[in-house]
Amino acid sequence: MSQAVDEIKIGGIGASRKRVEDNRFIRGKGNYTDDIVLPGMLHMEILRSPLAHARIKSIDASKAWDIPGVHLVLTGEMMATRNLAWMPTLSYDTQAVLATDKVRFQGQEVACVIADDPYIAKDACEAIVVDYEPLPVIVNPVQAVAEGAPVIRDDKENQPDNVIYDWEVGDRDGTDRAFASADLVSRLELHYPRSHPSPIECCGSIADFNRATSKLTVYMTTQAPHIIRAAVAMVAELPEHMIRIISPDIGGGFGNKVPVYPGYVCSILASILLERPVKWIEDKSGNLISTGFARDVYLKGELALRRDGKILAVRMHTDADHGAFFSDAQPSKFKIGLMHSAFAAYDIPVAHLTARGTYSNKAPGGVAYRCSFRVTEAMFFQERMMQAAADDLGMDQAAFRRMNFVPDEAFPHRTPFGFLTDSGQYAKCLDVGLTAIDYENFRQQQAEAHSRGRLLGLGISTMTEPLGAGNSREYDILGIKMFDSAELKVHMTGKAIVRTGARTQGQGHETTWAQIVAHELGIPAEDVVVEEGDTDTAPFGMGTYASRSTPVAGAAVAMVSRKIRAKARKLAAHLLEVSEEDIEWELGRFYIRSAPDRGVTIQECAVAAYANMPDGMEPGLDATAYYDPPNLTWPFAVYIVTVEVDPETGVWDVLNMVAVDDCGVRINPMIVEGQIMGGLTEAYAMSNMQFITFDADGNCVGANYMDYLLPTAWETPGFELHSEVVTPCPHHPIGAKGIGECAAVGGPAAFVNAVLDAIKGTGVRNIDMPLLPDRVWEAVTYRRDVSGAPPVRSDD
Amino acid sequence: MYPSRFRYEAPQSIAEAIGLLAGGGDVAKVLAGGQSLVPLMKLRFATPELIVDINNLPGLSYHRADPDGTLRIGALCRHAELERSALLASTQPTMAAAAPLIADPIVRNRGTLVGSLCHADPQGDWASVVLSLGGSVVAQGPAGRRSIPMTDFVTGPFQNVLAPDEIAVEAVIPPAQGVRSGGYLKLERRVGDFATVGVAVSVESSGDIVRRAGIALTGVGGSTIAATEAAAALTGQPLTADSITTAAELAAAAARPRTDHRGSAEYKRHMVATFVERILSRCGTEPAERAA
Amino acid sequence: MVYADRGDETAEQVPLRRIKFTVNGEKKIAEVEPRLLLAHLIRQGLRLTGTHTGCDTTNCGACTVLVDGQAVKSCTMLAVQADGHEIQTVEGLATASELHPLQEGFKEEHGLQCGFCTPGMMMAAKALLDRNPDPTEEDVRWALSGNLCRCTGYQNIVKSVLWAAEKLRAQAG
Repeated sequence: MSQAVDEIKIGGIGASRKRVEDNRFIRGKGNYTDDIVLPGMLHMEILRSPLAHARIKSIDASKAWDIPGVHLVLTGEMMATRNLAWMPTLSYDTQAVLATDKVRFQGQEVACVIADDPYIAKDACEAIVVDYEPLPVIVNPVQAVAEGAPVIRDDKENQPDNVIYDWEVGDRDGTDRAFASADLVSRLELHYPRSHPSPIECCGSIADFNRATSKLTVYMTTQAPHIIRAAVAMVAELPEHMIRIISPDIGGGFGNKVPVYPGYVCSILASILLERPVKWIEDKSGNLISTGFARDVYLKGELALRRDGKILAVRMHTDADHGAFFSDAQPSKFKIGLMHSAFAAYDIPVAHLTARGTYSNKAPGGVAYRCSFRVTEAMFFQERMMQAAADDLGMDQAAFRRMNFVPDEAFPHRTPFGFLTDSGQYAKCLDVGLTAIDYENFRQQQAEAHSRGRLLGLGISTMTEPLGAGNSREYDILGIKMFDSAELKVHMTGKAIVRTGARTQGQGHETTWAQIVAHELGIPAEDVVVEEGDTDTAPFGMGTYASRSTPVAGAAVAMVSRKIRAKARKLAAHLLEVSEEDIEWELGRFYIRSAPDRGVTIQECAVAAYANMPDGMEPGLDATAYYDPPNLTWPFAVYIVTVEVDPETGVWDVLNMVAVDDCGVRINPMIVEGQIMGGLTEAYAMSNMQFITFDADGNCVGANYMDYLLPTAWETPGFELHSEVVTPCPHHPIGAKGIGECAAVGGPAAFVNAVLDAIKGTGVRNIDMPLLPDRVWEAVTYRRDVSGAPPVRSDD
Repeated sequence: MYPSRFRYEAPQSIAEAIGLLAGGGDVAKVLAGGQSLVPLMKLRFATPELIVDINNLPGLSYHRADPDGTLRIGALCRHAELERSALLASTQPTMAAAAPLIADPIVRNRGTLVGSLCHADPQGDWASVVLSLGGSVVAQGPAGRRSIPMTDFVTGPFQNVLAPDEIAVEAVIPPAQGVRSGGYLKLERRVGDFATVGVAVSVESSGDIVRRAGIALTGVGGSTIAATEAAAALTGQPLTADSITTAAELAAAAARPRTDHRGSAEYKRHMVATFVERILSRCGTEPAERAA
Repeated sequence: MVYADRGDETAEQVPLRRIKFTVNGEKKIAEVEPRLLLAHLIRQGLRLTGTHTGCDTTNCGACTVLVDGQAVKSCTMLAVQADGHEIQTVEGLATASELHPLQEGFKEEHGLQCGFCTPGMMMAAKALLDRNPDPTEEDVRWALSGNLCRCTGYQNIVKSVLWAAEKLRAQAG
């Protein structure tokens, strides 16, 4: 008779356990950076450049210094005397902390004021007089490489132009041969417009340098506290052990809170100079105009096709606009991130990708916003190209995808760009999706409606993505390998605390990591406290972004739990007075194989670790595990959207949205669904209304919430989620795959494809996102493609 | 996020408020709902030196109909009250259609119709509505009250005709010459967005003859546009497909939209015509819906 | 809570104002600069940090509180305007012994992830339920259309509010 505890009852894997973190958030007792007050704390505000490209002729801060309550005014010149005007980025470039010679994007940090309160700091910023001499502005990759273009990074040696990198992967010759033999070549040019993760909470820090102890503590909105500690050690030249980074509750990250921002550095220097805590909380305008944006990539894509619909090869060229500094947090080996994960779900023998990155007079970034290191771009480009190709072939959208899927039995499968996908049931996911959306019926309805002048459309998008960066052979940031970690201490009474190197920003780690411990050890999840974010106590990890936490940190939690279990087994043997070989395990309990009624619980083993350990055994029951993943994990999803388009106004409404996600084993189904819905809403937002654009002078449109549009509960459609297909990851300790970003990765193309399907009769092949009403109307009325982000243009 | 410094007064009577404004010169601003003014102050686009908060003035929260059908809206009547008003729902279709579309539901709890008219934002919705209804604003100053027709009230973007020592105390909608119909359609990309295009249409008919019509346009010019020719083209006859089409075309011609990131001038003109047609086509049938 | 006068001429011309108001049922007196925003009085003056600030254009609604029972974006109201009024923040939702059904509902239905928009959402939802105890899904989405969320996609927020509405109706009997 099994005496195992009921895994779901104790909150193990598969339990939709209610969230631990909710207890404080619903009471308004969260501890976000701006909630923290330290004795003697001062406040910092930043003065930003109104111009996109200009030489700084002079900065006069005298009036600012005169304002009562002002303690310090920092300029680039002052930073330069301390070698802090520039800092290294996470992509081996340099970035200005405060501008010295010139400003290179609108919104760039020029000076900062530290005062008794932020109102006074703002008054003082307004009193600083800066004399600018405007320079010509570059706002896109074409301008960046045009003849005579001004060199934006004239601060760098060996930078004669605005090209950051040229990169390629794949088989150029093989691809060319395949194209030469193709029956049909389908081409598409796209722009994935600039977007911004825009969590509701902005970035901020409280730097607290304690002269008495020489220790610097920084509370910071960061998704990766250990990376920050390393960066601060480099930049501030303080020894690593005297730096403590604490990431308190974070109000949303989405990749916006990974980079090192000038505001953090200024607050740190100010605290060191003033020997008082300095708080910097940016405002939304500052966040949108200067912090890590997302996307802004142009694609020229081609598919070589056989007449029956088989894809023979794919060729892609991408141009990425990185802004004024190359500062992305991404694996250093891949300049354009994991763009070459495109088409991984399709069985294509050969492919070639070239990528170029350029500077422009815009804020730095590109890798952010649930992008999994540019997989959002890869999968969007992929599914838009698939749609165009199916139309070019005159094939059904679903049938075209299905016939090109990597079949289930082909795993492990080497993609033409060199990834190894290891598991999936692609066709089954498509089946579930088509059934849920009632595909055949819809196509009939669509035809009937069309005959009556109503435009209905259906869009399909699939995605698979490499999540869980990553194994040490290939993945590093600034040379630091991308493993992750977990430390588990089991106390005397069988309660426990687990700390990891990840950092949750809403993904529910406080709830889910405890579920993994419950799964491995049978300790009820409510008996396990989870902590993250303090570099003094958390084991070293590379943080939470790119959906890497469940694949890597979660795996580490499983592995460390197994180390604990291995030691507990020895304790059990000692308690039961048998040898270890005679011991069996069931959830929560060791027992004697030949006498199953005789057993000890895991809690009894914990007591023994402190009170009754065998001779020669080290007391205590804790362990640390560092997990270097053997491969990335590959969730797969199919997203299907139906819409109706009003041709008179260009307004479109979502009729249905179906998501079929196969992310392997789901630790907490409720939380997984929450992540998917969050991603879908961002997909909807990007496809429908969100964008940042620039005029010819580099003025940013989209630097506040009146221009940068986030959908509300009123516009956002409902979602129908499906979890029937579960293909466990063969190499992950609990069979889980990443999931946090899948819907943002695969979702946008479903919406765009649906609208284009609705207006198929017009011959329009592409409308670049966002599909705002005026753009859809233009496409329908003039029967032409609409390319590029919304231009800031005027008639006069 | 942090306004610059200003002096603040919260008078308890209109006379006191006017006295404060008279002393304040042109560096004083009246604060009612604050949902337009305070955001500007936080971004330091507005830096008044004196704020005269009229929220404590008694007896200004009303909206009511006189026996002859004149509708009066007090300076402190909030958008939310108008959105929930049974009086508007049953007697003022253009207003009832616009009220739910102002900003967002929380802003509507504080913002006022009269304040919105005074703010004179070219993308403000109420100005079009009041223009289309032939309304006026009642101002009170040291010399007493005066009534200013809406057509004269706004002199440019964010500029109205009030003297520095005058307060707008009431908006007035004249009684209808017959049965009211009409609506307000607004193209907003999401709730709370400024209008890309907004169109207010008001029709007053006896029998099926249109006695009076008003069409006004939001967001397609330097200030709210009264499409008077378009309205005139409807008057003195029944609403027909032809008269509707003519009105729509004239309204589009009266628009002076700019091409920008919300769309081309051509698109906005087209939307003006589309909205005019849609509102007029539904006149006399069901009430206009919540969103475009 | 007093902002000390610093002998600064401009500050001298702007005297502090004394205001009396209640917060979550407790009477308070404060002396504030006129330009102080209500959100900052709540967060810094009263140390009630459950109300958050997330934007600078009155869009996000993270700062939503109830003033005399009406939902108000506290970042767009001056603290001096609270004089004579009753403010309720998220900290005033629960009693000493019980969570408010809205708080329970958000936990039951996974209506929050990062938690930053949540207090504002709950206060806006409370204002809705106080007025309309039996809202439809459409009513809820409409009432919350002044509050932005980046994490949840709103679907579970709507379920949370409907869960709370049902419980409140059951409690009312």
